[in-house]
Amino acid sequence: MTATTPAPAVPPPARTAGARLKWAVADGLTMTERGFAHWARQPGRAVVSLVFPVMMLVVFTYLLGGGMAVSGGGSYREYLVPGMLALAMSFGLEATMVSLTADLGKGVVDRFRAMPMAPSAVLVGRALTDMAESVFGLAAMAVAGYAVGWRWHGTWAAALAAFGLLLLLRFAMLWAGIFLGLVARKPEMVQAVQILVWPVAFLSSAFTSPETMPGWLGAVAEWNPMSATAGAIRELFGNPGWAGDSWAARHPVALAVAWPLVLLAVFCPLAVRRYRRLGR
Amino acid sequence: MTAILAEGLRKTYGRGSAAKAALAGLDLAVPAGTVHAVLGPNGAGKTTAVRILATLLRPDAGTARVAGHDVVREPDEVRYRIGLLGQHAALDEVLGGRQNLELFGRLYHLGRAGARRRATALLEQFGLDATGDKPVGRYSGGMRRRLDLAASLLMRPRVLFLDEPTTGLDPRGRTEVWQAVRSLVGDGTTVLLTTQYLEEADQLADRVSVVDHGRVVAEGTADQLKARLGGDRIDVVVRDADRLRAAAAVIGMAARAEEDAIEVDADARRVSAPVADRMAALAETVRGLAAAGVAAEDVSLRRPTLDEVFIHVTGRKQGPEADAAAGAARAAAEGSAV
Repeated sequence: MTATTPAPAVPPPARTAGARLKWAVADGLTMTERGFAHWARQPGRAVVSLVFPVMMLVVFTYLLGGGMAVSGGGSYREYLVPGMLALAMSFGLEATMVSLTADLGKGVVDRFRAMPMAPSAVLVGRALTDMAESVFGLAAMAVAGYAVGWRWHGTWAAALAAFGLLLLLRFAMLWAGIFLGLVARKPEMVQAVQILVWPVAFLSSAFTSPETMPGWLGAVAEWNPMSATAGAIRELFGNPGWAGDSWAARHPVALAVAWPLVLLAVFCPLAVRRYRRLGR
Repeated sequence: MTAILAEGLRKTYGRGSAAKAALAGLDLAVPAGTVHAVLGPNGAGKTTAVRILATLLRPDAGTARVAGHDVVREPDEVRYRIGLLGQHAALDEVLGGRQNLELFGRLYHLGRAGARRRATALLEQFGLDATGDKPVGRYSGGMRRRLDLAASLLMRPRVLFLDEPTTGLDPRGRTEVWQAVRSLVGDGTTVLLTTQYLEEADQLADRVSVVDHGRVVAEGTADQLKARLGGDRIDVVVRDADRLRAAAAVIGMAARAEEDAIEVDADARRVSAPVADRMAALAETVRGLAAAGVAAEDVSLRRPTLDEVFIHVTGRKQGPEADAAAGAARAAAEGSAV
């Protein structure tokens, strides 16, 4: 244990804004690579995270598909699949929370924080890793949707815009998940959030038209960010939507852009502030 | 040169009636190239002090300079020069040993190739080069500790913080860590270590700060702290517990000790007293015991243990139970004073 090795040269800390930005990017990418290394190490978990939403999609299609009708007319499967895609993006909040609290609970974050790395890197790495995972997840669900009979009838450009909106929702939920993970700190706390996420996710237009719900509940479901994304992508995919004449129902695309941006504007700074305050 | 200089560090957790002062004006001065132990019971503020010095926590008041830089104003300058071994392994449990070291090396901005070289050297140095791809989560406690230490030494830090480095390790793991610390000191690293084990402070440290309730209550070399207790002590173990009183009287005469300086432990059938003149006290004790007809199983001269120093300095026994009991007694005393 006493073998002597030459000391590594100490790189100077980033003193200029340019150097800080360079290290913020480099450190963020290093942390993203760490996320990918975790996938490679735990292929089982990666597979489960892909299979679970696909399974949900298949189960709901065959379970509910027979007994449901779309209020605006059209195939229920074509109505349901976009809803399931939006639902999967929302559930990403939990996945992000779980991964982050696992890190916080393990003390490895203490090592990161005692190193001269960019303070944003832990969060940026988490965000990029989870976004990459969501791209794969979305692709798997789209394929499964195709297999159960879902099609898009619009242009490729519209379809790409739809996937873009889904990922935007995921990105917003991701930062909400990072913030909640930083607040919760312990993996055990995630369960409490899961219990809260489910009603919020189901109280939407994912499975059924808000018009079929009691008045106030329907209004909540209509304005739910997830309903906005689901409605917008139904429009972009050319899938049947639900016939409503509220402002939210008539402008889903505008709402699907605005909602995630609002969520990001709230949770992104909150998350960064919270991370910085871990030392207070 | 002073490697660690802390002045008047204060830190309170929580607010209002739930507020708990972890540090209440802690001072530390550690010369470069020495090992300094911070010794104290659970809740004394040891970990809080280390976390402030390692830039993980902001003090409410007071200043601290580590390796020549202020921990609050120049944290990155400090971070390039320190290593931290916390109470819990600060490692990525999913990744392997080499992956961990390379990850940390790259985050220290050593570059991909530089991080790989350093990882190879450290794995070899700590006898971990045979661990291959095994995830850290499946390491034994001792292996994990060694890898954690290797990660703390990536940058060959000028100052190394070890927060209860051997807590929860078996005796073999403890010996491994002790050896590693000793070899580091040979390289000129300054080590600040916290411990609840008096033996550990005695074994490793040049100087010891005894911490209680967030303040340093005694400081010096282990020998100096022991000397404060009045130098050497004589221990006598009697065969028959009924004769403890007689033995105490003899020893009091022989050692010329005040009555309240004589400790009698009925369970161990032992009488202990401080002595000024070692040989005279020993000879007189043996003679006196024979004259009084007290059969002794053991008579020995020894230096006081750090345990006795701790009790002497803080007025209470070590350990959480003793701590709680002392706290309750103190609360009762304060209550009756009002």
